[in-house]
Amino acid sequence: MSRIEAYREIAPQGSVEFLLRMAEKIGRKKILHVNSTKLGGGVAEILRSLVPLLESVGVDAQWDVITGNEEFFATTKAFHNALQGQEQRISPEMLQNYLEINRENGKRLSLDADFVVIHDPQPAALIESRPDKRGKWVWRCHIDASQPQRRVWDFLRQFVVKYDGAIFSLPRFAQRLPIPQFLIYPSIDPLSDKNREISPPEQDRILKRLKISLDKPILLQVSRFDRFKDPLGVIQAYRLVKKHHDLQLILAGGGATDDPEGETVLTEVRQAAQDDPDIRILLLPPDANLEINALQRVATIVLQKSLREGFGLTVAEAMWKGKPVIGGFTGGITVQLVYGVTGFTVNSVEGTAFRIHHLLDNPEVMAKMGQDAREFVRRNFLITRHLGDYLALMNYMGR
Amino acid sequence: MDNRTAEHPFVFVGCWELREMLGRSARDERQLLEAIEEVPLDSIYYHTHSFLLRHKYIAGPYPNDFATWAAIQVRDRVLGEKLGILSPYDFQNLESLRAEIVTIISDHLSRLQIIPRVIYEEPFHFMQSRIISAPMGLQVRTLAEFREVLAGVDASVIYYHTFEAILRLGKPKGDFALWMEEQLDLPELGERISKIDPYRISLESVRSRILNLCDQFLHKGRDRK
Repeated sequence: MSRIEAYREIAPQGSVEFLLRMAEKIGRKKILHVNSTKLGGGVAEILRSLVPLLESVGVDAQWDVITGNEEFFATTKAFHNALQGQEQRISPEMLQNYLEINRENGKRLSLDADFVVIHDPQPAALIESRPDKRGKWVWRCHIDASQPQRRVWDFLRQFVVKYDGAIFSLPRFAQRLPIPQFLIYPSIDPLSDKNREISPPEQDRILKRLKISLDKPILLQVSRFDRFKDPLGVIQAYRLVKKHHDLQLILAGGGATDDPEGETVLTEVRQAAQDDPDIRILLLPPDANLEINALQRVATIVLQKSLREGFGLTVAEAMWKGKPVIGGFTGGITVQLVYGVTGFTVNSVEGTAFRIHHLLDNPEVMAKMGQDAREFVRRNFLITRHLGDYLALMNYMGR
Repeated sequence: MDNRTAEHPFVFVGCWELREMLGRSARDERQLLEAIEEVPLDSIYYHTHSFLLRHKYIAGPYPNDFATWAAIQVRDRVLGEKLGILSPYDFQNLESLRAEIVTIISDHLSRLQIIPRVIYEEPFHFMQSRIISAPMGLQVRTLAEFREVLAGVDASVIYYHTFEAILRLGKPKGDFALWMEEQLDLPELGERISKIDPYRISLESVRSRILNLCDQFLHKGRDRK
């Protein structure tokens, strides 16, 4: 069975058929995705699902990664931070190394394709190696570059303007550019370990291993221990609600081994939790996809009380599991949570507590919201919609 | 059962909206007004018509992006209501729709001392639609076949044959109604389908209303026998 067929019963009614028709219009064209890693991170996670799906609808899809030395990745990490507004010092030597590594990759990779998608800043300068101006080249920016450090953006911009188009995840991430800029939201794969259905025995085993009890309603936030995710605000909101509702809070996130700031936040979270037996702090490894899946499925309400967020796909993950989500009014959370319909966006600890109260007191609202949230994700944030956007882009740019 | 067979089959076409950003935004209602006067018509189309393509399941509380932004982001419910009642169905083309929106906002602003603006919420980002269409590989010749296929196709098919057909392809009644009238000689059914105002309801509701109408006519045909 072709891979796309597995999505026929999950994607919106009739949409797989339409995806096949759009792919038919394109024919056996070649699309090449280039990024900097096959492992770890949201981009690799999406491409792992998207590339085989493109293949399965008849497009010749390939995925390559660039290679580089330590200095190169230190530079691109600095680019990443600078594009997100942090002040970074980048020397002329670092820039030279960046260009040299891109040139080397340009010689090594086969870039001859009808449609080339270059992801993020690391391989952006590959446009200089475009063979005889062939194919359509698009730069796909996954990060919030709305307030970049000017010098770094000016350096990257000289390459970006040579592309035929750019893709951003939110309108406010877009830049002033003389090329067409498209809006494509990221997506979740409903068949991945993080989102697939899990059987009750499998779920029980996971919860037992994590020592999760289901005797009280569960508030859950899944995120790194990072100030922008506001775990301390989540604890404060929980405490405000706890006066009236007997519930438990689970904060589940990645370890903070190599991030001194993360370590500090984790210590503060532990202090704030004090010895409350109803607050669980779970440090999960990066590949704990099934564990996150199980936790989201047993949660009563899912929180993503971020103060600053890129897109925040953990929101779509929880919505897909039919959960009401309360999220900070920031980044992509605002497009996932239609206020009062698919969830609630909030601007404060008090607002979070108020909405938790509201939902706990109105189970019928929770049930309806969860149902609407799942349908909203089905139509807007599944990998099949992402596939459709790429097919539409190929159709449009290939005219 | 109504056995009328069309000479020309109904060919189902679906579509996909590619969203292009114009890089222009508005933080207050004056800026919104100025931008509406200047942006390409494809942007007016995006914010007033393709709205439902993006909200296939949930029809938003207001039926176009301008009204939604005014009411939800600026928290100016008065302007939200004034823009929300607009039915693009009532306009012959996008230019006249644009003129009406400009008039509504100008009139609203002329009565205010302070220009309403976003404080904590989102600015209005102007976008434009690039609609990619493709035939679904499905065609029918009878009402019963039409009903069966319509029940299972992607919701974008409903969008294409109503919104796109009416405003961009210059068929004021939409493709479904036209085919019923011209090919199946069912003017009453065509008329009733063309009376469904797609701007007030979701695409799924449009689908179920057309299916209901088809069922009524199919039963009527059966009863006549």
